[in-house]
Amino acid sequence: MAGQISISRRGFLASTMAGGLCLGLRIPVPGAAMAQEGAPTEVNAWVVIHPDDTVVIRVARVEMGQGTLTGLAQLVAEELDADWEKVRTEYPTPGESVARNRVWGPFGTYGSQGIRASQQYMREGGATARAMLLRAAADRWGVEPETLTVSRGVISGPDGQTLRYGELAADAAAVEVPSEVTLKDPSQWTIAGQPVKRIDTAPKLDGSQIYSLDHTMPGMLNAAIRQTPVPGGKVAGFDANAVRDMPGVREVVAVGEDAVAVVADTWWRAKTALEALPIEWNEGENADLSMDQIHAMLDEGLEAEEAFIGTSRGDFAAARAEAAQVVEAVYHFPYQHHATMEPMNATALWTPERCEVWTATQDAEAALAATATAADLPIEQCEVYRFTLGGGFGRRASSHDYVHQAVAIAKAMPGTPVKLIWSREEDMLHGCYHPITKAKMVGTLDADGNLTGMHMRISGQSIFAGLMPEALEEGLDPLAFQGLNAESDEGEFGYSVPNLLIDHAMRNPPVRPGFWRGVNNNQNAFYLESFMDELAHAAGRDPLEFRRSLLADHPRHRAVLDAVAEAIGWDSAAPEGVFRGICQHMGYGSYVAAAAEVSVDDQGQLTIHRIVAATDPGQVINPQQIEAQIEGSFAYGLSAALLSEITVSDGRIDQANFDTYPVVTMREMPEVESIVMPSGGFWGGVGEPTIFVAGPAVMNAIFAATGKRVRTLPLASTDLRTG
Amino acid sequence: MARIRVNGTVHEVDAEPETPLLWVLREQIGLTGTKFGCGIAACGACTVHLDGIPMRSCVMQIQDIDEGQEITTIEGLSPDGTHPVQRAWAELDVPQCGYCQSGQIMAAAALLADNPDPSDEDIVAGMTNICRCGTYNRIKAAIKRAAELG
Ligand code: FES
Ligand code: FES
Repeated sequence: MAGQISISRRGFLASTMAGGLCLGLRIPVPGAAMAQEGAPTEVNAWVVIHPDDTVVIRVARVEMGQGTLTGLAQLVAEELDADWEKVRTEYPTPGESVARNRVWGPFGTYGSQGIRASQQYMREGGATARAMLLRAAADRWGVEPETLTVSRGVISGPDGQTLRYGELAADAAAVEVPSEVTLKDPSQWTIAGQPVKRIDTAPKLDGSQIYSLDHTMPGMLNAAIRQTPVPGGKVAGFDANAVRDMPGVREVVAVGEDAVAVVADTWWRAKTALEALPIEWNEGENADLSMDQIHAMLDEGLEAEEAFIGTSRGDFAAARAEAAQVVEAVYHFPYQHHATMEPMNATALWTPERCEVWTATQDAEAALAATATAADLPIEQCEVYRFTLGGGFGRRASSHDYVHQAVAIAKAMPGTPVKLIWSREEDMLHGCYHPITKAKMVGTLDADGNLTGMHMRISGQSIFAGLMPEALEEGLDPLAFQGLNAESDEGEFGYSVPNLLIDHAMRNPPVRPGFWRGVNNNQNAFYLESFMDELAHAAGRDPLEFRRSLLADHPRHRAVLDAVAEAIGWDSAAPEGVFRGICQHMGYGSYVAAAAEVSVDDQGQLTIHRIVAATDPGQVINPQQIEAQIEGSFAYGLSAALLSEITVSDGRIDQANFDTYPVVTMREMPEVESIVMPSGGFWGGVGEPTIFVAGPAVMNAIFAATGKRVRTLPLASTDLRTG
Repeated sequence: MARIRVNGTVHEVDAEPETPLLWVLREQIGLTGTKFGCGIAACGACTVHLDGIPMRSCVMQIQDIDEGQEITTIEGLSPDGTHPVQRAWAELDVPQCGYCQSGQIMAAAALLADNPDPSDEDIVAGMTNICRCGTYNRIKAAIKRAAELG
């Protein structure tokens, strides 16, 4: 069963976590060395070895398409000198983690940190297991470990004798855990750093991959849910008797104050009955909410006296007073929905003593906490089993509302497992939307066309305020400045602008925000990189040269920009009727840039002929998977830039399915040429960063083609027809 | 009771006549490789073959299918996962999250059955399934590879 693990407890007494190095601490038990015939051995928390030499690597972070499972397995296998062909993975559960003092570290898989935030301790886990296997072989042969060599899971001794990892695992688990291990230099890597195939592809080709939505168990019932159509609304009443006799219906359950679920033998019957169920709503104070109101809030923030200053250097007011030219523009980035292909769902089984949940989550520990809260049980009496996600993109990290609900429904039916599935409509109407913002950009140029100052006022929604107010700092949201920070390893503003002011007026409409692939970098890069283009044109300068002149102090920012410029042929003329745009940004520890070639016909029809994207993520674990992430990030980012938008009328989300929330399909998908250019010495993220540059590269090219500056996304709202 | 033929086996299913084939496959027959994505024929995650024609099973009512018609799901595309489309998909490491891929593979297999040597435009016209992970370019390349593998 997915998500379940088998842990050999032989000799295992306690676990400890020290200095980021997480290892099982064992006291050898005499006579226990003969492991049960055929049973796997846990060498340490990360590495389990079977007698047939299969190596199982435990991964706390979750796979949702981004390749983390494969990348982390490559890193552990590398340090372990395992035979890559024999490597498998499994997910430990958060309940096991609690019981073992969080031996696997954090489970959270967001912020493009799946690999970079766990690579150190996982590589150490692999190296430690290797050292223990070597020690065990040395002891068997009565030699020193230094005289041994390892290749692909086989240890060779000085006299040509060999032992396989599968033969040694039980002994290895009993030797003393080394206090120190030396990790390989990336230049020595043979598994990591290579474009190996993903470890999880086969079951995705024949229907055998089990997702959370496919989970089933004996006696399981299915639930369909309807949640308040207006944020903050509540159920005023419903008539369960109207549907009780419909086929398959077992129960009608109020879920919290704002939702009703029908439980039936099949989901289709539950959904059919739910549609027939009369529900009355108390819509509450947001029943009139409209885009006009939301825009008015944001517009007020653009001009507000007070704002939270993120970066301030020099004296922008003085620069403005002395400017030869002042350029001003207002930009807007709308709400977006995650639209994971697999809608939200969870299965729960509740009894007064225990609650178990089977679900897809980007943070199994948070899902466990949600389970315990909803179950009203101590966390030790709860467990969450997880599956490969049918997409996450931040939705399954933003809220575990679906877990809460599944547990609440199961609690009404003790002892019966219930699977809750959101219809696509429920999913789209109850998202954690990419926050809505606007920005007022003001730039000052001197008589020679040099940028002397910039003020960037962001007005709009805070994700922290909406989801986790405890993360705010004195009521302010530092995350608003992603990619705009003066000094930051995570996302540094690259341009040397002598007088710079970046501030945020938090304005929070009552629509729930969430972390959406790229998060605040999306709008920040769109605002800044479009405006840099405006400034270059106002100064009569080439957009590439203008940027380069301001990036002298940030060579990595400039290097990726140069790479895409060269690849697209910036210095030579584009084909007839084809126009180019370029941009760069830094986020999640990586430097990214893109260049686009587009044409726009008389009817205003956009064609994207070519995209070149570059990333410097410091280290590369699997170059072909980085290319896959770059392509995917363009599909996702261009959906938002070109097509998709969530809006509100009368307090209700207007878009309920893919017919009204169009996304990029193969027809809109451009060719993407990827440049992966690790400069070494740091670990940047890969799943998100290139999404930042998808929109601005194309919008800048559209300006070059049409003279129209797209300041409001998605592009679909702009008429590109000439004349 | 309805009788339908899936991957060569006839199943008697207890479902209302309006029930979409998708949910009969998933809930009554236990074939969960066919995915639910939208329920309105917009995403293609639920694509199966009906007598070889790609169909979006989320909007096909069970009452409109007769026992003489052959339904093929991802589980029945090939006995051992070696259909040329599956081999090409593996070779090019197409899936990311994988959730849309059953539908993509079924759509691609039907496209190639109909047109063994599709042009780029044929592929774009035939492949309208949504992939939120954005695997489109690898899908396109894999279809060409599958055409070579024949
Ligand atoms: S689920 Fe059938 S097309 Fe989307
Ligand atoms: S692979 Fe994830 S939706 Fe297509």
